[in-house]
Amino acid sequence: MTNDITRLSASDLGSALARKELSSVEATQAHLDRIAAVDGDLHAFLHVSTQEALATAADVDAKRAAGEELHPLAGVPIAVKDVVVTKGLPTTAGSKILENWVPPYDATLVERLKGAGLPILGKTNMDEFAMGSSTEHSAFGNTKNPWDLDRIPGGSGGGSAAAVAGFEAPLAIGTDTGGSIRQPGAVTGTVGVKPTYGGVSRYGLIAMASSLDQAGPVTRTVLDAALLHELIGGHDPHDSTSIDEPVPGVVAAARQGATGDLKGVRVGVVTELAGEGYQAGVSARFDESLEQLRALGAEIVEVSCPSFRYALDAYYLIMPAEASSNLAKFDGMRFGLRVEPAEGPVTAERVMGATRGAGFGDEVKRRVILGTYALSAGYYDAYYGSAQKVRTLIQRDFAAAFAKADVLVSPTAPTTAFKFGEKLDDPLAMYLNDVATIPANLAGVPGMSLPNGLSDDGLPVGFQILAPAKADDRMYRVGAALEAALESRWGGPLLNKAPELKTTELAR
Amino acid sequence: MSTISRDEVARVAALARIDLRPDEVDRLAGELDVIVESIARVSEVATPDVPATSHPLPLTNVFRDDVPELALPVQDVLAGAPQQKNGRFAVPQILGEE
Amino acid sequence: MTAATTTGLVSYEDAVRRYDPVLGIEVHVELGTRTKMFCAAEVEFGGEPNTQVTPVSLGLPGALPVVNGKAVEYAIRIGLALNCTIAESCRFARKNYFYPDVPKNFQTSQYDEPIAYDGWLDVELEDGTVFRVEIERAHMEEDAGKNTHVGGSTGRIHGAEYSLVDYNRAGIPLVEIVTRPIEGAGDRAPEVARAYVQTLRDIFRTLDVSEARMERGNVRADVNLSLRTSPDAPLGTRTETKNVNSFRSIERAVRYEVSRQAGVLDAGLPVIQETRHFHEEDGTTSPGRVKSDAEDYRYFPEPDLVPVAPSREWVEEIRAALPEMPVARRRRLQGEWGYADAEMRDVVNAGAVDLIEATVAAGTSAAGARKWWMGELARRAKQDEVTLEDLSVTPAQIAQLQALVESGRINDKIARQVLDGVLAGEGDPEAVVVARGLEVVSDDGALLTAIDEALAAQPDVVEKVRGGNQGPVGAIIGAVMKATKGQADAKRVRELVLDRIGQ
Ligand SMILES: [Mg+2]
Ligand SMILES: [Zn+2]
Repeated sequence: MTNDITRLSASDLGSALARKELSSVEATQAHLDRIAAVDGDLHAFLHVSTQEALATAADVDAKRAAGEELHPLAGVPIAVKDVVVTKGLPTTAGSKILENWVPPYDATLVERLKGAGLPILGKTNMDEFAMGSSTEHSAFGNTKNPWDLDRIPGGSGGGSAAAVAGFEAPLAIGTDTGGSIRQPGAVTGTVGVKPTYGGVSRYGLIAMASSLDQAGPVTRTVLDAALLHELIGGHDPHDSTSIDEPVPGVVAAARQGATGDLKGVRVGVVTELAGEGYQAGVSARFDESLEQLRALGAEIVEVSCPSFRYALDAYYLIMPAEASSNLAKFDGMRFGLRVEPAEGPVTAERVMGATRGAGFGDEVKRRVILGTYALSAGYYDAYYGSAQKVRTLIQRDFAAAFAKADVLVSPTAPTTAFKFGEKLDDPLAMYLNDVATIPANLAGVPGMSLPNGLSDDGLPVGFQILAPAKADDRMYRVGAALEAALESRWGGPLLNKAPELKTTELAR
Repeated sequence: MSTISRDEVARVAALARIDLRPDEVDRLAGELDVIVESIARVSEVATPDVPATSHPLPLTNVFRDDVPELALPVQDVLAGAPQQKNGRFAVPQILGEE
Repeated sequence: MTAATTTGLVSYEDAVRRYDPVLGIEVHVELGTRTKMFCAAEVEFGGEPNTQVTPVSLGLPGALPVVNGKAVEYAIRIGLALNCTIAESCRFARKNYFYPDVPKNFQTSQYDEPIAYDGWLDVELEDGTVFRVEIERAHMEEDAGKNTHVGGSTGRIHGAEYSLVDYNRAGIPLVEIVTRPIEGAGDRAPEVARAYVQTLRDIFRTLDVSEARMERGNVRADVNLSLRTSPDAPLGTRTETKNVNSFRSIERAVRYEVSRQAGVLDAGLPVIQETRHFHEEDGTTSPGRVKSDAEDYRYFPEPDLVPVAPSREWVEEIRAALPEMPVARRRRLQGEWGYADAEMRDVVNAGAVDLIEATVAAGTSAAGARKWWMGELARRAKQDEVTLEDLSVTPAQIAQLQALVESGRINDKIARQVLDGVLAGEGDPEAVVVARGLEVVSDDGALLTAIDEALAAQPDVVEKVRGGNQGPVGAIIGAVMKATKGQADAKRVRELVLDRIGQ
């Protein structure tokens, strides 16, 4: 019955565990088996922590047997993006410069996962330091899209999305700086949520751009995302930018939404995030979803966010600037790779240069150089300073739009999954993937992507819902309603339409 | 035509402590132009009357009490060190010969 | 070698006759908080290497800073004591530069938005002249770790084969105080520089924001100096002599730079703007390494921290709780004690203000307290080469000693013996008097016996006194004092002797 277990949603699996219909060890082993069977092809994982996961599972089973009160997700296994530090488990951020580094501490969100008894299956692949939209920038090889192994699973969190889409894990953790949770969700037919900035602690996330980074759930259902969101969210005194308020009631909102009533909800369509540049199948599914929302009682309104057209430019000024500084610590002095220069004196300065030259991949070098340039003497005001002004304008656009609509919607990504190599030599085309997701990071508002059908190429399409800061619950309500309506039309989850992955026989 | 010269890329790479091969310098000189184009577009709207937003949420005064927490055990501190000696991190000589 | 170092030195006196020195001083003070600026690692001096770090102060991937509220309060205290405006809102910024003792390869500091700015400090020179130093800003930042250079012949940075880094100090809160150009000091520039830093040190201690121990590097000064041909001329090119860490060194470094720069200018060469190192052994400075990065620190607002916006209520609360500043306190005490300017200056220079204040508080007159601390005790401290504070006698004990004298139970000479006992750890003066049997013999009967014996032994003296010559009476008193082992009240003895002789 291994196959059935891995197909369960986290919520259903949690319930089955609570009812003691199966044990966490069984559930965890089923997922480990699935990983062993399919990850040779998918390469969603950089590290599988079999022993640790089973130990946690056994511990949960023992506690359950002893009648302890447990979290609804206790015993449900989870995969963690390799940009999140895990005590005792290797953490590389997809970079050679951190190969074999084992952190001596846990990220706050990992502490919460451990506290609730979620076995950690392993660490998932990603673009190096989360810089990319395809996982092609991982130093450790590409992750494949379970829908088509010749195609990208999105990025940077392609590993987490592929693990969930490929039934290797019911839950995963992602991080989203410009769309790295939502865009992989869109191209793999999974659900991905970037909470409000400050909603989930950043303590222990290897930073790319501090003012944009946010961790969130990667799941197959909206309710699962809500359950995971509530678990990892909430105030953390170790993160100064953490919101010191209770997590919005996202689980309740998801349950409410699933009843299918959206009467009185105003849904705003952002003019600037549709039309030109969007694949026909993507636009078609988007329009159908709008009709669906209308059928559920929502009012559809048109809103304009004129400053969004500067979002990509602002993002590509702010993100590299912050990243260049955040990545300065990778210098071969205290941890990670150390490379000595091929010739000449071995000084600290030269070792740093050689280490970073050898340890960073092309995309990381590109962004660090870009950011260093943007911050260097004489350029700061024109570059970083100006981009911060665009941020103000985008926030104003959001404020105006949210005065007219409760949530905003758009296609998550302009296209479905592209083939490996297709955009690798064209960074700008790669960046354009993020055009719809980036405004939310710049403004700090929450965003969700959920699958809303297949494009004419048979590949999944994502539907993005944005809500005002700290009103994450709104997108769970709308998302759950749309999900329920679509699945009843499809006769089940979209992932049921994904091709079966070739499995490697296990000698057990 | 690239507006950011190879020399400029080399200067910035030195500032960022990244040794680049000549072919990398060439490629980046071309690719960094994207930033010049970005800034040209952004300047259309980033006018003096617009205040900068450095942070998505307007928080202030997030302070910690002056109360000690446990330090990392020293073996954990040094566990990742490429080289160590006598409880300290060993790093190459700090300046070049003068 | 640079041209500047090949030119000769001009004598200091000659240099300041022809050039006008302008100072600029940056002082870093390590705050005495229990934990670091941005993490809860406990700070203790002299711990084993790398035992006082967290993922934050080690700069591990994923770690994030959180501001120590106590350090902010201390910074505000310092700002207020330096008559600064406290910012309504200010931010931290990242100062990016690669150096192995800076774990993140950026220092979290403040750049264009310091917490305190536009202040001043009145500095009293040794002769009582008051010199006002304008303060540009005081900002918060974090300290770096400590490099030990190994393998080089000198133990200094050049020629070392490798370095060992201890991050215990990394992240200790610092406040950096930057002056505006200090003009008008003239030939007293070295003294002004020293007195400024000394005054700051006293203020840090008074404010209780730092132990401010120079020898531990709690207070470190960078001294900028430039010369110009006249006070009307534009500012000359400055050098910055880094990390001058004792009061005496500050004075010497300024003197040396004045002489050196005068030599450069006399040779018709430009002074090179550079950082220089001070050498304790010979009092010279030498150029530091020219940085290839040309100080391009790529400052930008620290995105991991939110603005610090001290409410006006909080600032006023801190202001109201500020202790009296050292200069004001000295002026008040001088008035209360009625000391002359020169007397007060001596007391200050001897480090006796606190001791005298405590002695007076214990009931002694200001004159009496000064007599002891600046007299006998100063003599003993000097003889033992210790400070007054280090003597093993308390102000309360001195007060008791003086009270014994004033009540006539002992005299000054006995008092010194009692002091010996106190210093030897025999207890309070009262106890020493009893234990050593040093009480004044005030029993007339006992004295008369001794006097009669003395008179009988020296009949010639009695004759002379009776003849109207009182001079020789001292011989009788001396004999009586000797017989009573000095424990008699000499005045009383004299009265009794004269009475006995019938005068
Ligand atoms: Mg300085
Ligand atoms: Zn400083």
